[in-house]
Amino acid sequence: MTDNPVVAGTGLTKIGRRWEDSLSDLFAEASRQAIEEAGIQPQAVFVGNMVAGELDGQEHLGLALEDGAGVFPLVPAFKVESACSSGGSALFAGYMAVKSGVYDSVLVAGVEKLSEEPSDNVTSALAEAADADFESYYGASFTSLNALLMRSYMKEYNVPRDWLSEIAVLMHKNAVDNPYAQLRKPITVDDVNRSRVIADPIRLLDCSPTGDGAAAILLARPELVKGDVQVELAGMGVGVDTIAVNGRSSLSDVPATAKAARVAFSAAGVDVNDLNLIEVHDAFTIMAALALEDLGVVSKGEGAKFFHEGNAERDGKLPVNPEGGLKARGHPVGATGVYAAVEVVRQIQGKAGKMQVPRAEIGAFHNLGGSGSHAVVGVFKRKR
Amino acid sequence: MKPRSAVSIYGWGSYIPPYRLTVAEISRVWGRDPVQYEEELNVKEKAVAGPDEDSATMAVEAGRNALNRSGISPKEIGALYVGTESPPYAVKPTATTVAEALGVGPFSVAADLEFACKAGTEGLQASIALVASGMIRYGMAIGSDTAQGGPGDHLEYTAASGATAIIVGPGSKEAAATLEGSISFVSDTPDFWRRYGARYPSHGEGFTGEPAYFKHVEGATRALMEELGLKPSDFDYVVFHQPNGRFPLTAARDLGFSPSALKAGLLSPVIGNTYAAASITGFSAVLDVARAGQRILVTSFGSGAGSDSFSFVVEEGIEARRDKAKRVMDYLSRRVEIDYALYLKFRGGIRLGGGAK
Amino acid sequence: MTVPRYWRNIGAYYRLEGIKCKNCGSLTFPPRNSCPKCHSKDVETVQLPRRGRIVSFSLLRSPPKGFEAYVPYYVVVVELENGVRVFGTLTDVFGEVKEGMEVEAVFRKISEDGEEGLIHYGTKFRPVARGC
Repeated sequence: MTDNPVVAGTGLTKIGRRWEDSLSDLFAEASRQAIEEAGIQPQAVFVGNMVAGELDGQEHLGLALEDGAGVFPLVPAFKVESACSSGGSALFAGYMAVKSGVYDSVLVAGVEKLSEEPSDNVTSALAEAADADFESYYGASFTSLNALLMRSYMKEYNVPRDWLSEIAVLMHKNAVDNPYAQLRKPITVDDVNRSRVIADPIRLLDCSPTGDGAAAILLARPELVKGDVQVELAGMGVGVDTIAVNGRSSLSDVPATAKAARVAFSAAGVDVNDLNLIEVHDAFTIMAALALEDLGVVSKGEGAKFFHEGNAERDGKLPVNPEGGLKARGHPVGATGVYAAVEVVRQIQGKAGKMQVPRAEIGAFHNLGGSGSHAVVGVFKRKR
Repeated sequence: MKPRSAVSIYGWGSYIPPYRLTVAEISRVWGRDPVQYEEELNVKEKAVAGPDEDSATMAVEAGRNALNRSGISPKEIGALYVGTESPPYAVKPTATTVAEALGVGPFSVAADLEFACKAGTEGLQASIALVASGMIRYGMAIGSDTAQGGPGDHLEYTAASGATAIIVGPGSKEAAATLEGSISFVSDTPDFWRRYGARYPSHGEGFTGEPAYFKHVEGATRALMEELGLKPSDFDYVVFHQPNGRFPLTAARDLGFSPSALKAGLLSPVIGNTYAAASITGFSAVLDVARAGQRILVTSFGSGAGSDSFSFVVEEGIEARRDKAKRVMDYLSRRVEIDYALYLKFRGGIRLGGGAK
Repeated sequence: MTVPRYWRNIGAYYRLEGIKCKNCGSLTFPPRNSCPKCHSKDVETVQLPRRGRIVSFSLLRSPPKGFEAYVPYYVVVVELENGVRVFGTLTDVFGEVKEGMEVEAVFRKISEDGEEGLIHYGTKFRPVARGC
């Protein structure tokens, strides 16, 4: 076992309907940025992706992308999939690969295209994150499963609808400054509350948009990374729970997140109170509230309140999703975890531009797959 | 026909969907005077199956109700017949789906039967015979249909959805009712038919009356009474096939039955014609209220054409069984009125694309 | 949904069958190869109760492919009389839906594989009418 991997380079593409770019093109754009910044080549590549097989007919994706891109010599390539936490899982695979000493440098890329098929097909593809035989078979949409959690949470903790709407409003406000974001227009609480019901109580503006994007991180052994600022991937953890909602112990929390956080924080030698910023998986506004609780930022039932009281703003007690989160930056499903990680890294590097939070030495990201089944948490620390 | 060993009914159960489409609403859409149909047919509204229902799903609920009343395990059922003219598949028996859902089988006779509106009682004749022969202990006969009529056609006003299941077994006082005898009477009388690929049936209008319904219903009933040495006044209840609310009244009058004997089993005025379920659902409603010692006549009619006629005497065992499942009245009281557009949406009158992967 | 996959699940879909672990006694739905609690292979098929209460629900207005005909419909988590929770959808809802409402299992059509493919059946839940 060696030292924690260090970030040698990062890359992001703007999220949206990238008609002119294939999966390989997006992969190329993000990976080239990361490799040029790093000045070193990857020895292996881990790709986070959820639905390219279903929607593009392309399995064997790791190889298909690096071959299709041609940005670096072909190396061992692995697709890593865990529904919407595929990106986080790919990063975890890269973390293990470098930390174990098997590879000196790996490229982790999250890549996804969701804009090219009719929305029905996309909805059905994304529903594959649920239990195919006993949730999707019966007509569950992924949103409706999350709606069960939102209803339970609001009822159990008496949380006003507006508090959840405010989370979406903050995300849009933050994304105005994010050149990579899919949605960059501000919205109001009223906009959220009047948007159409997808699966009650979840409304359209509670949901992150679907789009195309790719993000990349090149991880390497510390001695290979030059430069004044070194950002270390100090710890990662994965936590799991049952795939289907009927097997969960509660419908108003996500123990998988808590388990992942415990492992990540312990490995990184930090406490949740040491964090200067956090990226949470706000696929739906409810998930942002639950994430803060399950990560230990606040106690049960206090998640929405944290946002409501202004504590999540860039200059707040603990900035949450300063780039706009999944809601406004976007959620190209398999890529999202890598976007979140890159955003934390760039904050620590002081490269976040208008989105820079005042203090960024230690940051964490959270990526959640399924309706609460597979959580990945990572902690980045400024090393020097 | 009298079975060599006695056969009794152990369980009965029905299912009627909650949706109702009124004759007034159908008339509104097609520009007809509702009085024409309400009065002439003596039908006010019909039961319509919901979008997630078909002859299989309705048969299952009816079968479950019958099993609950029978008190027997589904594994003891040795035959399951589904009589229907609206099976979900042209080729793939509804009976095996229903059997699996109820837990019947694998060692069971199972088949779908078609004889228009008398397919349910066909299954009953076959089950009675299998029980009486000693080949099986218990048999289940189900009549289930989601009947359709062409848009604006005469039949559309009455073609309805429903199901009833009857379980028969060895004769016993502990059962609900015992069979005295039955008769079947058939001929090639083309009063109503549907060719392969045709979406809606064709019918002979007036021809469906005298040469079809009345000839067979009255012919079978008279023959049965003669064989059993019974007369109309011997019966406390009489149930005829009920394509509308008029024909049964006319048949009763022709045969000499009093209108009061017809009342409990005449449902078509409020649910329409449930085709293969029609006469046996009327029978089910009678069993919901009949008392030990009373005698019931049931005569079905199926186009194409034929009638099955049965005489049953109610046993003491009916009392303990009655409340073990929902009654016909319980389903009748669950009533949700829909408009013609929803009816089309529910029953596939509007083609939707897609399908699950 | 391939034909064999549908066919393998018929017990769970049609009869609400789960498994009971002969080692630790746990009941699980859907059925599995081994007990998810103690991981013993010694499990047997059991039919679960057909009545329960709603734990949580959501009225779905944006359906996945193949479910357009049923919109809007409720997805629910139901806790059956023996404590086992199942995921499902409601049918025949003619009034308000509330947590704690009593429901009963019914056999219904779930979807169709186009006009020529298999019809998929399964178990939905129906609010229990008072007095039944």
